[in-house]
Amino acid sequence: MTKHEHYEALVVGCGPGGAAAAATLANQGVETLVLERGTDAGSKNVSGGLLYGEKSAPYTLDTLFPNFREEAAERPVGEYYIHNVAGRQVKTFDLHDIHHRDTEWCDAVLRRKMDSWLADRVHEMTRETGGGLLTNVRVNGLLRDGGEIVGVTLDELDPITADVIIAADGVNSELARDAGLMDWEDPEDWFQGVKAVVEMDPEVINERFGIDDDEGVAHLFSGDLFDGVRGGGFLYTNDQTLSVGTVFHLDSISEEQAEPHELLDNLLTHPLLDQWFQGEYEEREYAAKLVPDSKKVAHPSPHRGRLLLVGDAAGQMQAQGPIIKGMNHAVTAGGLAAEAFQEAKTRGDTNAAGELYERKLEEEGVLAKLRPKRYRATRAVSESSIVNKVGNAVLDSPVGSVGLKAAGKFGLLEKSFNSPFVLGMIPDTKMSYAVIPERIGEVMGTRVTDDNTVEPPELDDRIGDLTYDVDDPHIELQDNSFEASGTAVTACPVSAEDFGGGCYREETIKTNGGQEKVVSLDTQPCVECGTCAVVADTHWEHPSGGKGVEYKQG
Amino acid sequence: MRSVVLTKGVPDFREGQVSFDEDGHLERGKTPTVMNPNDKYALRAALQTKVRQGGQVSLMSMGPPGYAEILQEGMEDVYADDLYLLSDREMGAADTWATAMTVSTGLEQMEENPDLIFAGFKTADGETGHTGPQTEWCLHINDEMPEYPLITHVIALDVDQDEGVVRTKRLVEGDISEIETVETELPAFIVADPEFEPTYRKAEHRLRHKDFREETQQRASEFAEHLADDSEKEMTDWDRFTMWNQEDLNLDPDFIGLDGSPTIVSGVDPIPKAPSEREAQLVEPDDTEGMEDVLEEIQPYAAGD
Ligand SMILES: Cc1cc2nc3c(=O)[nH]c(=O)nc-3n(C[C@H](O)[C@H](O)[C@H](O)COP(=O)(O)OP(=O)(O)OC[C@H]3O[C@@H](n4cnc5c(N)ncnc54)[C@H](O)[C@@H]3O)c2cc1C
Ligand code: SF4
Repeated sequence: MTKHEHYEALVVGCGPGGAAAAATLANQGVETLVLERGTDAGSKNVSGGLLYGEKSAPYTLDTLFPNFREEAAERPVGEYYIHNVAGRQVKTFDLHDIHHRDTEWCDAVLRRKMDSWLADRVHEMTRETGGGLLTNVRVNGLLRDGGEIVGVTLDELDPITADVIIAADGVNSELARDAGLMDWEDPEDWFQGVKAVVEMDPEVINERFGIDDDEGVAHLFSGDLFDGVRGGGFLYTNDQTLSVGTVFHLDSISEEQAEPHELLDNLLTHPLLDQWFQGEYEEREYAAKLVPDSKKVAHPSPHRGRLLLVGDAAGQMQAQGPIIKGMNHAVTAGGLAAEAFQEAKTRGDTNAAGELYERKLEEEGVLAKLRPKRYRATRAVSESSIVNKVGNAVLDSPVGSVGLKAAGKFGLLEKSFNSPFVLGMIPDTKMSYAVIPERIGEVMGTRVTDDNTVEPPELDDRIGDLTYDVDDPHIELQDNSFEASGTAVTACPVSAEDFGGGCYREETIKTNGGQEKVVSLDTQPCVECGTCAVVADTHWEHPSGGKGVEYKQG
Repeated sequence: MRSVVLTKGVPDFREGQVSFDEDGHLERGKTPTVMNPNDKYALRAALQTKVRQGGQVSLMSMGPPGYAEILQEGMEDVYADDLYLLSDREMGAADTWATAMTVSTGLEQMEENPDLIFAGFKTADGETGHTGPQTEWCLHINDEMPEYPLITHVIALDVDQDEGVVRTKRLVEGDISEIETVETELPAFIVADPEFEPTYRKAEHRLRHKDFREETQQRASEFAEHLADDSEKEMTDWDRFTMWNQEDLNLDPDFIGLDGSPTIVSGVDPIPKAPSEREAQLVEPDDTEGMEDVLEEIQPYAAGD
């Protein structure tokens, strides 16, 4: 085999998972090279924005990176509410208990700022080991020798070998796919997150949310505001912006042929939000990305040979009811993977790193959080539609609403929302996301009388406001028939039915003796969210280093 | 590996910077001077050599003392290590020949002979493209200096230090359609084409490039501060900046500057005004019909919808 450039450790991706892995490796003196495809770390990344520092977590960003919270995060979030919405009827629960359970701290974050801050530290730390961090570099596959994974291949650089490869390349990990550890087939395995960053003066935030400079709030939304699509909305306070977004089950978006940007607008224009917007709305950025559902796809054995998967790449994204925990688990996994390599190296057998990593995930209780047994045990029954129908019937009956009222009176509902045990069991059905919250709002809620007059930007303005460095198409349509790929026209967050400026368009072409509906694709406005990798028949890759969309907020 | 890059200050011809008088003559006083844009390709070629092979890149120019700022720009943008300015009243108003004479003497004056000399492809103001090749000729007739085989229109290069050669790709007729590979022994004289693209396909090289960026940015801002400092300090008090005058170089005044310049400029054509980017139609205020059309056109906007 030809001699390649070699490093002891390679870390692909510099999100929270990659940063934690790299810092832990560097602390152990392991020669570490970090490769990031964005023009800046964070320029490709989106999260809703609540980063949890869990008491039970073996690794957190503030311990790995001194001053992280002061310099890279937005506001610490102490208050947490969920609003059950039925039209103008809203019942709000205080989810203080579940939010603070096992929480050492929780900060709102914006990914461009956070990740680029982390990347500077990571570069300094890893440079001392003889490695360092490079941006604008995309890893495009695994390098194998006699079937064994020995390194990676890249768009911009010659192949590189390493003793360990930590794939922290996020959702739609090309490395996980290449290794055969993950596939992008089933919409049920994913959520789609869409988000707007909204400008607001710090003083105005303080006043309208009733907080101080160093305080923040989280508001969650569920009920009938999303046209029956399963999922919910969020609003978090940053230093001088708000993060407002939605997270839906991808299979539900697909089935309902929902337009993600319209669902976001449903939230933005709901009367409940008038108390905060008061008629003013300036959107800084529109963004979207897939989110794995760890309950279904967290890989129980996320390694193969020298390759270890961490974070979203391994499906380690926990949705605990309304609480979304992905970043913190990526950090933990990154730390554990690095630790596992160091231990394996000390034993003189770096090949054992994968097994050790797997064991650590189990021992530290990470896997138990990601794939709760309760969910697995109850899923078959609770997700079947008969049970749901029965549930609906109960809720619709007078007994149901009396039961709800009674439960409400004794705070039982609020309690069960605050129970991780119950949240871990919540089935992924319309009932839990829409019907129950809606009934709660209806039966127990109070009426919002405000009128929300804000007008969020149209889709073409949202696309126009984003920054792109357009390159050759990175997605190819394999099958352009409407049956195979039509869902993307609606599910793609920058496409819409009857909208010509997006990625996916529906077209009617004449065929021999008839007409046929087909789909066409223009990747120019693509935000690389990953949706069409799952819902359409495509050959899907990320763009080359530094190309494609560049988020300024994230 | 020691490289020297030759550069010159030119008027900043970018829109919004450059200013012409009514006759289309350049107003030098109102137009800022910048490093000749083509020379940055030369500097990038030199930097690539330093990143891949190690060594040092010096930037040299001939011009008034104010050119120190041009050199500072080169240091900041393309990471030159140290700066040389050949400056003397006697050197003023030189043509390409007298410039080549002066610059080649400056090169000879350096402590060690460069392994590679880089020049850009023609300046934005003179447009001759002569100075590089003429400098090479002056080195050729200079017994104190080794031979520097000349390769022009270079778009890619790779130094093989073990073999002591430089391999280049060059445009045959200055045209991208025909590319040839030329190899020569070191030392050599390279004229970089604006099509030159540095390539860094090793992580190690990109990391080193990043190190250089950090080091140089600090160095360049240090020099900028030094230049901005109006106190008694001499410009040359900064250790990476060297200035040589006619005496330092021991040059015969008859062979440099205006006196040493055989070129006669026979005439200058004014630069034609750039066509307006939008289509415009001229309407005089006393043209009633025309004015009515204008009103009609702008009405929808004036109404606020
Ligand atoms: C709308 C939304 C809301 C969310 N809300 C929350 C929340 O409130 N709290 C929470 O904890 N989590 C939340 N998440 C999930 C969270 O963002 C992810 O779980 C987390 O970012 C995963 O971190 P990671 O390090 O695994 O991957 P990422 O953060 O995705 O980082 C992967 C990195 O790898 C790089 N990369 C990818 N491919 C390549 C390649 N081939 N070569 C080189 N580099 C590559 C990327 O550019 C990126 O920098 C949310 C997600 C979304 C979309
Ligand atoms: S084209 Fe595909 S990856 Fe790009 S934004 Fe649309 S759905 Fe997402």
